[in-house]
Amino acid sequence: MSSAIEVKQVCKRYGSLSALEDIDLEIHSGEFFALLGPNGAGKTTLISIIAGLSFANSGSVNVMGHNVITHYQQARLNLGIVPQELVFDPFFTVREILRIQSGYYGITGNARWIDEIIERLDLSDKADANMRALSGGMKRRVLVAQALVHKPPVIILDEPTAGVDVELRQTLWEFIQQLNRDGHTIVLTTHYLEEAETLCNRVAMLKEGKIIALDSTHNLIGKMNSGNSLRLRLLPDALPFPLQALQINYSNGLYELQIADYTQMEFILSTLRSEQIQIMEMHLQQPDLEDVFVNLMRKSRN
Amino acid sequence: MTGFVTLLYKELLRFWKVGFQTILAPMVSTLLYLLIFLHVLEEHVEVYPDVAYTLFLIPGLVMMAVIQNAFANSSSSIIQSKISGNIVFILLSPLSYRAIFFAYILASIARGLLVGLGVYLVTLIFFDVPLRLPLLALLFVILGSGILGAMGLIAGIWADKFDQLAAFQNFIILPLTFLSGVFYSVHSLPAGWQVISHLNPFFYMIDGFRYGFFGVSDFSPYVSLGIMAICLIVISTFTIRLLRSGYKLRH
Repeated sequence: MSSAIEVKQVCKRYGSLSALEDIDLEIHSGEFFALLGPNGAGKTTLISIIAGLSFANSGSVNVMGHNVITHYQQARLNLGIVPQELVFDPFFTVREILRIQSGYYGITGNARWIDEIIERLDLSDKADANMRALSGGMKRRVLVAQALVHKPPVIILDEPTAGVDVELRQTLWEFIQQLNRDGHTIVLTTHYLEEAETLCNRVAMLKEGKIIALDSTHNLIGKMNSGNSLRLRLLPDALPFPLQALQINYSNGLYELQIADYTQMEFILSTLRSEQIQIMEMHLQQPDLEDVFVNLMRKSRN
Repeated sequence: MTGFVTLLYKELLRFWKVGFQTILAPMVSTLLYLLIFLHVLEEHVEVYPDVAYTLFLIPGLVMMAVIQNAFANSSSSIIQSKISGNIVFILLSPLSYRAIFFAYILASIARGLLVGLGVYLVTLIFFDVPLRLPLLALLFVILGSGILGAMGLIAGIWADKFDQLAAFQNFIILPLTFLSGVFYSVHSLPAGWQVISHLNPFFYMIDGFRYGFFGVSDFSPYVSLGIMAICLIVISTFTIRLLRSGYKLRH
């Protein structure tokens, strides 16, 4: 598999503050990749270095095989970035902006693709409105459109859904997933972990400028040693002896049992039946990316 | 090439869309200068024999408008983009540093030329202003606004806030312009000030431009032309390096 983005030994310092430390990361062509981490972890710094908005103190970055410093023009032609800040040029209309943006990438006669992006991002009503007249959500859509005018093989979205309503979030992800199916590599940062979980096949977690986890979403969740857990409210309120080995917690009248796999369910239910204990309430909990995230962040603090 | 043309087009459209403020307003203020100075000084000053002060003043004021607007164009465009953050679209694009430089400079030249031409045409309604060597005058406008466009680019890149840019304008551009011989011939100054005036690059812009009108000047127009060409090459090289280094634009 060829790599879309190759980050090698990248370090970035701001004065005495180390923003990124020895980052090594390879994102393959066609991946849907998430870059996660708390505020200030270095996600945006890393994206800035990939985009050439910021220079690394050491190390190298390639986009589709082109070095972002020595072959910056080729690298930038292959890259579309949706910046985190809601920036816009107040002098122009949406369509003008997209036409100008195409021109920067050396493309003329891009009207058909521009129309398609406008339609796919539900911007048709506002296509000839000045940027100033647009709501925040609409401006966000234009930012996405701007990143796509030159059909870049690699698209990076830096918190594209921050402060965006549910409808846009869905339209946006449908469109991005379509692009991913068409072969575009997608990298996103987000604070909504369920988004990363449903969309991305691989995840890197950053903390204080270091990658603390890098794996497929599936493996990361699988590695959570807590596994599934079952919470039960019982009548009478007593856990039979054979089940006590499974108990990991008891609070507010709820017993929490750890279960390695679902076949244990039958054992739990039959034990309760034979002891004539009734189940009053039951929750089955599976770990999600949020658990992994919280767990890893806590671990790396210790 | 498409990228460069697009950025140039965008920069032209940017000032054209607010032409009331970027073209008409400076024309009006320049004409006000002309009216006031004429009212006060017409009877008292003669700079060159056979050239009335009115006529002497007009090329100076035209060039002053060219200089100020060429500077204002690139500097305000850059700092507005920087402060609003939309400069990111240029920084993310594959535009070469040269393409960015030339697009901004040409837009500055275009605005300088438009304002200068506007002022000149309006004065023609009231005065019979000779223009002996129009091509030479045009060359001075292009070189002068090119230099100021590059200075504007440097100032816009350097300044983090509007007041820093205003300081650059008020403490560097404005004194250099006013002390360059817009309102007087440097020959009327004491010897020491004459030497200092010759260190001011703006002096050659105004003086050479004026030669294009009357065929008379304080200094050889062709030497002035050479000095300005060198200035433009030096400042352009410096500005392109600045863009390449990412100074204040890329971290």
